[in-house]
Amino acid sequence: MKEIVLVKYGEMALKGLNKKTFEDMLTKNIKRRIKPLGKFVCTSAQSTLYIDPQDEDIDLSEVVERVGKIFGIAALCRACVCEKDFSDICEKSYEYLEDVLGCAKTFKVNAKRSDKAFPMKSPEICMELGGKLLERFPHLTVDVKEPEITVTVEIRDTNAYVHAENIKGAGGLPVGSSGKAMLLLSGGIDSPVAGWMMAKRGVHIAAIHYVSPPYTSERAQLKVEQLCEKLTDWCGGIAFYCVPFTELQEAIKDHCPEEFFTIIMRRLMMEIAQRIAAKDNCLALITGESVGQVASQTMAAIACTDAVCRIPVFRPCIGMDKTEIIEISRKIDTFDISTLPYEDCCTVFTPRHPKVRPRLEDIEKAQNSFDFEPLIQKAVENTEMKTFDISK
Amino acid sequence: MPIYLDNAATTRPCAEAVEAAVEAMTVNYGNPSSLHKAGLEAQLLVDKARKIIAGSIGADPFCVYFTSGATESNNLALRGAAGAYGRRKKKIVISAVEHASVDETASALEAQGFEVVRVSPREDGRLYAADFLNACDENTFLISMMLVNNETGYILPVKETFTAVKRKYPDIITHCDCVQGYMKLPVKVNAMCADMISLSAHKIHGVKGVGAIYIKKGVRVVPIVTGGKQEKGIRSGTESVPLIAAFGAAAEKLLPTIGERYERVGTLKKYLLDRLSSIDGTAVNSPEDGSPYVVNISAEGRRSEIMLHFLESKEIYVSSGSACSKGQQSGVLVQFGIKDKRADSAIRISMTAETTEEELDRLAEAIAEGFEKVRG
Repeated sequence: MKEIVLVKYGEMALKGLNKKTFEDMLTKNIKRRIKPLGKFVCTSAQSTLYIDPQDEDIDLSEVVERVGKIFGIAALCRACVCEKDFSDICEKSYEYLEDVLGCAKTFKVNAKRSDKAFPMKSPEICMELGGKLLERFPHLTVDVKEPEITVTVEIRDTNAYVHAENIKGAGGLPVGSSGKAMLLLSGGIDSPVAGWMMAKRGVHIAAIHYVSPPYTSERAQLKVEQLCEKLTDWCGGIAFYCVPFTELQEAIKDHCPEEFFTIIMRRLMMEIAQRIAAKDNCLALITGESVGQVASQTMAAIACTDAVCRIPVFRPCIGMDKTEIIEISRKIDTFDISTLPYEDCCTVFTPRHPKVRPRLEDIEKAQNSFDFEPLIQKAVENTEMKTFDISK
Repeated sequence: MPIYLDNAATTRPCAEAVEAAVEAMTVNYGNPSSLHKAGLEAQLLVDKARKIIAGSIGADPFCVYFTSGATESNNLALRGAAGAYGRRKKKIVISAVEHASVDETASALEAQGFEVVRVSPREDGRLYAADFLNACDENTFLISMMLVNNETGYILPVKETFTAVKRKYPDIITHCDCVQGYMKLPVKVNAMCADMISLSAHKIHGVKGVGAIYIKKGVRVVPIVTGGKQEKGIRSGTESVPLIAAFGAAAEKLLPTIGERYERVGTLKKYLLDRLSSIDGTAVNSPEDGSPYVVNISAEGRRSEIMLHFLESKEIYVSSGSACSKGQQSGVLVQFGIKDKRADSAIRISMTAETTEEELDRLAEAIAEGFEKVRG
């Protein structure tokens, strides 16, 4: 009995003339992700990708697990391949569904006949197969409203497929289809979520992180690297930039009023991020800010930060509550890493009473009291890059 | 050269494991909890091993915790789950052929008021998923079964059982003692539907004194060792960095060759059984489709321990039943339908891929000779 994985495209199926570009990108992403698991043949037809394992001992649950994290997919399932012949469909169903139906009490059959040349119509397939399954598994009853198991039969071009599970895909667009952007990754809960949300919209992510030894420890950087690694499950490969930030932070502390520390620091971070973004062809910046969460994330503060930005800054968490952000971070499995207790550079020299409604001219005046440019250039020059590829 | 055929009891640490342990004792000897560089280096060694072991079982490194060995892992799985889930539910289902570290722990919980159901093999000597499923009910919080039986090599239907149990009772926690299967058979936690698994280092050419437990995210266990909150609080106590590093090195070495070693040991098993078949009075207690790493035979009428010592005099080391039970008659063999005299004369030969045909020749000759010479 042959088992394959069926992948249904997400919203890219609605695209017009450039649909093929999206499809190719998705296929490439999928192939890269499952390559370590063995040999596969991937073919695409009717907005569906067929992942056909070539070795018997390939673990399909692992394939489903990995492909379930690839953006651009609406749904996926493992399915049994049948001849386009009703008696073969019945025979294979008995064997393939034995475990699932053996433990269930209620079921229904759902048929999709995209090959209209198949002699039986969908309702007929449902009725006939349902009847056969009832004969075979007499403990079952049919429940069309809320069945425990929905058996789906798909009659397609070359084969028929039977499956009893439909797993929701990650949705969104294939990563890379929307270009690249630079994610400011602090190590907290929000920024990995922000990166994930943009990747979902097809954005290829690069990440930038600021370190301030001895105020921050090497463990803090390793934590962020772990986050990057985790994100590769969803985002694919990530270029990780690590900026030495100590001198700039010390300069801020020495030359600027305490209440402006955080905002000026963020402006300098943005400045450095865009310079590195330009080198790496990133079209935008991404941050994990959410309005009002902390003093530097009030609207007035964000306006002051944005004033130095020459490219768009995406803030996908902007209207979310912390609990909503945490929910996603648990789902994408970054929460446990984010909550490791190492201090990051954002909390070094935190003012006791930060300015909640800073005025841009005050900030600019404070920042202009010292020439940060040489230090910015030095930080950009000494930035180190590492790439994280799909883990495992 | 002595012939060591007791690899189910323990294995010789491989060079890579020894090297990793020595390095962690001489170079990176810091405490992983220390904040300075020496501490970080030690932590990185632990993390590296964790990653290797997690990768080898298809798990997230976050879900792998190091312990002092599989006995502790099994204790943590059973007692920990009882602590977390045992208030509302009282029943534990295990197989009747478990290692003592599961069986005795279950008995201890029984004494505390839990109900333990031990599922036995049917008359054909095999366990069935349906029997485990029937033993489970709404009051059950844990099912625990081993992957490979340590005395006979019998492979238990873990995947079928866990899948069926999870489908009917999604809240039941599934635990598998994988000690005799790890690095011999593919062990993948998701495919097995396992919430927890126990692993041991010294059965895979690592060092004694270290093991691991995989605990799926969302599954709660109450720690049995409390203290400085190492291993995320699941297992306090300063990590044994040298042993952990050695564990990782051994796993890394063995992982790529699981398939080919299994085949090689399968050939060895056939060869051995072929040689033994010419000796009248020997019977094979291991199932044909069991793990070839363990071959249990009986030289009928010759008591295990006497035969063991006879073979020892020829510098061949095997075991009677399971080494942990130190010569007592094995209740497990009786469970498999191997009774009385035959169980009394059972010896266990456990091989590695490095075992040679010549060694097995010498073993067969020695058994034949022992059969002649030894009485009672």
